[in-house]
Amino acid sequence: MSLSIDNLRCVRAGRTVFSGLSVDVQPGEALILAGPNGAGKSTLLRILAGLLRPDAGDAQFSGVSLTSERVEFQERVLYTGHLDAVKPALTVHEMLTFWADVYDAHHDAVGPAIEALALARLADHPVRTLSAGQRRRLGLSRLALIDRPLWLLDEPTVSLDADSAARVAALARSRCESGGVVVAATHIDLAIPAAKTIDPGSFKLEATEDGVTADDLVLSGDAW
Amino acid sequence: MRAFWALARRDLTLAFRTGGGGALGVAFFVITAVLVPFGVGPKPDLLSVIAPGMLWIAALLACMLTLDRLFQADVEDGSMDLLALSPLALELAVLAKCLAHWLTTGLPLLIAAPVMAITLSMPGEAYGPMVLALALGTPALSLIGAIGAGLTAGMRRGGVLTAVLVLPLYVPTLILGALAGNAAASGLDPSPYLMLLGAITLACLPLCPLVAAAALRLALR
Repeated sequence: MSLSIDNLRCVRAGRTVFSGLSVDVQPGEALILAGPNGAGKSTLLRILAGLLRPDAGDAQFSGVSLTSERVEFQERVLYTGHLDAVKPALTVHEMLTFWADVYDAHHDAVGPAIEALALARLADHPVRTLSAGQRRRLGLSRLALIDRPLWLLDEPTVSLDADSAARVAALARSRCESGGVVVAATHIDLAIPAAKTIDPGSFKLEATEDGVTADDLVLSGDAW
Repeated sequence: MRAFWALARRDLTLAFRTGGGGALGVAFFVITAVLVPFGVGPKPDLLSVIAPGMLWIAALLACMLTLDRLFQADVEDGSMDLLALSPLALELAVLAKCLAHWLTTGLPLLIAAPVMAITLSMPGEAYGPMVLALALGTPALSLIGAIGAGLTAGMRRGGVLTAVLVLPLYVPTLILGALAGNAAASGLDPSPYLMLLGAITLACLPLCPLVAAAALRLALR
């Protein structure tokens, strides 16, 4: 279950965010995305989640292609964006039960998932009464709820206290130890032994040998 | 199917906890219909002629009320990203959300419509066909509305644009629905119009979720 990113290019609003981005991540390894704001960290994660279409290139996870087998690829992905995807009107327990139903996870996993980020005390509280950090923890508790091998984490530890950040790092470590792959845009150390760090924005190769220019690629933005 | 029902149930729960379920839509429907006699004068002859059309226009507008939030709330808080990555096909997710939307907007109108028919002095024999026409036609309003809601899901203030996109698409349903009511009121057989209304809803059932899901994928990019 290795992830291999091959010659990925993304152009947004006429600006090349990155091009010629290639990297291989072995099972049990983590890929840390670093770099300044606007370096393309979130963009790369959204491309790997199949939510955004790359302008060129491909990625493969355990032999499944992102561009030609998108649905199968997405079935292996667990994505956590910078939004928490929680509803103020539902309770913590209801929220996780809902995601368990949608992602076909067992209801027995809801309790441990709530424990995993120390939310047990708040299980029956409506999300609306939670602090920003607590909502973040609720969003991240999906990592303990849903079993998928490729984790895409976009700034997972923003607004978390040190203890919660350590819990998230421990979850990511155990995912890697069980042979998964974690791709994370983060500034804290997840303490994963085998981690590569890249700055997506530093990949700016002018890969035009196939005669395709950036302008041609911008125009091909149909839905998929 | 578990994911489908979970999503429909969640949308219903959210509608009841945050928007009072269908109460607001029904109140809007009632007020709109009550305004008509004030506007055209309390002439029973005139009112009974325009009653079916006015009831349908009030129903279209009541349906529009919650439409702009159909997907936008989920896009804004990130839930739609996770729904798009879930094993539940986005088309089925759209259908589940349409079902919840209809249960909280279309269904309550069926109950309120006979009361409004009295206010607009509609002939008694037209009540049954009118409710039947609403039952057959309002699911299409939720389904067609999903296309407009999907196209404007990524926009900050897409509400009015949703209405501008969707209301013209409601015209066939409006015409057939009003014709069914008028036919029954004048003692004619409304069944051809009812069948056509049902046909529109049946055609929308597979088509609209496809189109709305494609629009949503664009909104997520």
